[in-house]
Amino acid sequence: MPLPADILPAAAVSARRGGNRGDRLYHAALQLLGGAVLAVAGLVLLELADVAAPAARRLGLGFLWRNDWDPVSGAFGALPFVYGTLVTSAVAIALALPVSVGLALFLSEMGPRRLRPVVSFAIEVLAAIPSVVYGLWGLFVLVPVLRDWVQPALARALGFLPLFQGPPIGLGYLAAGVILAVMILPTVTSVTIEVLRTVPASLREASLALGATRWEAIRMAVLPFGRAGIVGAALLGLGRALGETMAVTMVIGNSPEIHASLFAPGYSLPAVIANEFAEATGEVHLGALAALGLVLFGITVLLNGAARLLVAAVARGSARSAR
Amino acid sequence: MDAPANKISVQGLKAWFGKNEVIHGASLDIPDRSVLAIIGPSGCGKSTFLRCLNRMHELTPGAGSSGKMLLDDRDLYAASVDPVELRRRVGMVFQRPNPFPTMSIARNVSAGLRLNRVPGDHAEVVERCLRQAALWDEVKDRLDAPATGLSGGQQQRLCIARALAVEPEVLLMDEPASALDPIATAKVEDLIHELKQRYTIVIVTHNMQQAARVSDRTAFFYLGELVESGPTEKIFTNPSEQRTEDYVTGKFG
Amino acid sequence: MSALRRRNAVNAFWTAACGAAVLLALLPLASLLWLVISRGVGGLSLDFFTHLPAPVGEAGGGVGNAIAGTLYMVGLASLVALPAGVGAGVYLAERGDGRFGSAVRFTTEVLAGVPSIVVGIVAYGLLVVPMKRFSALAGAVALAILMVPPLARSTEEFVRLVPGTLREASLALGVPAWKTGLRVVLRTALPGILTAALLAVARAAGETAPLLFTALNNQYWNARPDQPTASLTVQIFNYAVSPYSDWHDKAWSAALVLLLLVGLLNLAARLLARGRGGRTA
Repeated sequence: MPLPADILPAAAVSARRGGNRGDRLYHAALQLLGGAVLAVAGLVLLELADVAAPAARRLGLGFLWRNDWDPVSGAFGALPFVYGTLVTSAVAIALALPVSVGLALFLSEMGPRRLRPVVSFAIEVLAAIPSVVYGLWGLFVLVPVLRDWVQPALARALGFLPLFQGPPIGLGYLAAGVILAVMILPTVTSVTIEVLRTVPASLREASLALGATRWEAIRMAVLPFGRAGIVGAALLGLGRALGETMAVTMVIGNSPEIHASLFAPGYSLPAVIANEFAEATGEVHLGALAALGLVLFGITVLLNGAARLLVAAVARGSARSAR
Repeated sequence: MDAPANKISVQGLKAWFGKNEVIHGASLDIPDRSVLAIIGPSGCGKSTFLRCLNRMHELTPGAGSSGKMLLDDRDLYAASVDPVELRRRVGMVFQRPNPFPTMSIARNVSAGLRLNRVPGDHAEVVERCLRQAALWDEVKDRLDAPATGLSGGQQQRLCIARALAVEPEVLLMDEPASALDPIATAKVEDLIHELKQRYTIVIVTHNMQQAARVSDRTAFFYLGELVESGPTEKIFTNPSEQRTEDYVTGKFG
Repeated sequence: MSALRRRNAVNAFWTAACGAAVLLALLPLASLLWLVISRGVGGLSLDFFTHLPAPVGEAGGGVGNAIAGTLYMVGLASLVALPAGVGAGVYLAERGDGRFGSAVRFTTEVLAGVPSIVVGIVAYGLLVVPMKRFSALAGAVALAILMVPPLARSTEEFVRLVPGTLREASLALGVPAWKTGLRVVLRTALPGILTAALLAVARAAGETAPLLFTALNNQYWNARPDQPTASLTVQIFNYAVSPYSDWHDKAWSAALVLLLLVGLLNLAARLLARGRGGRTA
């Protein structure tokens, strides 16, 4: 993050030590608070590892690709949860990305200017609604709609695909994916808008002056320029979807199995932790759940890191071509 | 009428941003295949005038204009005129070179043709336009290289080639040399001499020597008012308005 | 010219597609808000805000203890997280340009992306295990860990917006750096920081996952930090996944209360932000 030129960092002012006692205290306190963030991060990892340790010792790495989970008989495999998390997140991003890009284009390029603040406010409201309220709505509104209308229609139209087979029961991967799509919409939209803003206005003008329509200018200059950033936005949305707990717990069906059909009930990493952690018996069960948390932590850190790099790369590109 | 046919005729043009009127009624004619230079201090409405000619002005939120602007005796702002089609006939080159960074040199030139779904690989058009823009010899071996690898002057000539590829009738140039070094500027000026055989050119410049070198006619804008327009020689040697004389002799601005 | 007509049609099509995306996004929002209001408003009464939950089948009862529990834990968390988050943000803006600062900034970004359920496990290991019981304190610690990173990031942004000339003017007057930091820089950035703080509080009030196995739940009033504590969100979850339709009604009413709470906090944040925009314009 480059420093704006007109900001004088205090560090430059106080670089010469000595100064007065108040200053030294102030800077020490700030340093301490910064260090506290690192300490908290360390604590997060340590505690996770600590709670997970008994399970790690007992189960070993094989835990990651075993596909059965039955705490009563001592079977602990992470695969159904990893699978459910990935499938629901993939559905979510597949649904949310086109809508988000459309929304972002509407808000930054194509929509009537008078409507934009209204839509933008609505997206902010969408972002502010707590997860458990989404879950409530999903359970009593979305699931019945999927069961009675959407799934039968999908089965009729695309039932030859394994994805859309089986009885329409509503609860399952599809419901979790749809509700995740709604929930990550604000994130993906706002990051996409950020990315579109970095596209230099001169490129848009160059296209329009060649006789491009508004859409042609977007397709020709805006989208190619922002492509990497939009991928980054999708990854950030994916990161949010992976860790989302309550709404998924309430609609995914909570069944630790692997099914090809999106209509089937499944389970996700956060959902199983939410459901079983408080009532887990024995440190292996607890540890296995914490190990699932560790897996989730690892995936989200990797994903968020990659996403930030991509968005930053677009910003750098725009700085270069604005030179 | 013994004057050559007018390509563009402007009558009583007013333009504004929100409540702020920036052109207070300008009238002038631009003969076919001539170069008109628009001079004046910065912020006096030169660029806005130019952007009214291809209806880019109206794209700015809150911006608008009134008055008559005729291209080949047809009203630019008539309801039947599609601004998209108009901008194909009236090309524009911007102050800063703005090639598409995601496209190669060749694809930048053919961008407008591909928009219009002209079939073919456009190799001929690309070569002709790059030759017209005096860039061919410098880039003929790397047509597929990204346009961002070119120098500033080359990029600007590439933008000119891009504008030429859609075969416009009028070429608008908004201070096309202000971001360029003297050598690149000289090349662009030579190019303007070449291009006026085939196109009507309107060039905005804050550089009076440049206006004197490249143009047939000159218009002087001051504070949103078109003070005077006429043959370049007359404007620079024997203007009828005191303000014009003061400006071209460097007394202000 | 028909090619042009086709291109204009393509343009119109994609413009309409973007409009359709807007409708598609607004549909769930409208449906959700309408249902929470229409199904929740019937159950609202004074009792609902002040009474303890009633057993299944029994009329009346409320979520008073859950509202109190949410406020209690969010309050406890804010006590630590607001100063810590703001302080870390000021650190990043004022002294965070070195290698250590970059490490802190990167860590903040990483922590901001950690799923809240994972933070719940951390608070569990940190407090529930040694104390051998679920507690409001554990819940508050989990919420605090979640509040710090976003608050630190927005504080950094707002502090960096304070013009360097202002800082220089103060230092040139002989005001020490710490006083300049607190009185001039922080003071100038304050409206923005308060907005960010309110948003962090609103987010914490809506969190469920990190409370499930830290604060757990409680059918009764509780003011002790070392006891399990009810919260509005966990209560909504329990009501919603129960098989009883009168509890479902209570879930909608409690959701309405939660939305009102979160909405008020967001509204306050917006008003603050707007006030600031007006002044600096």
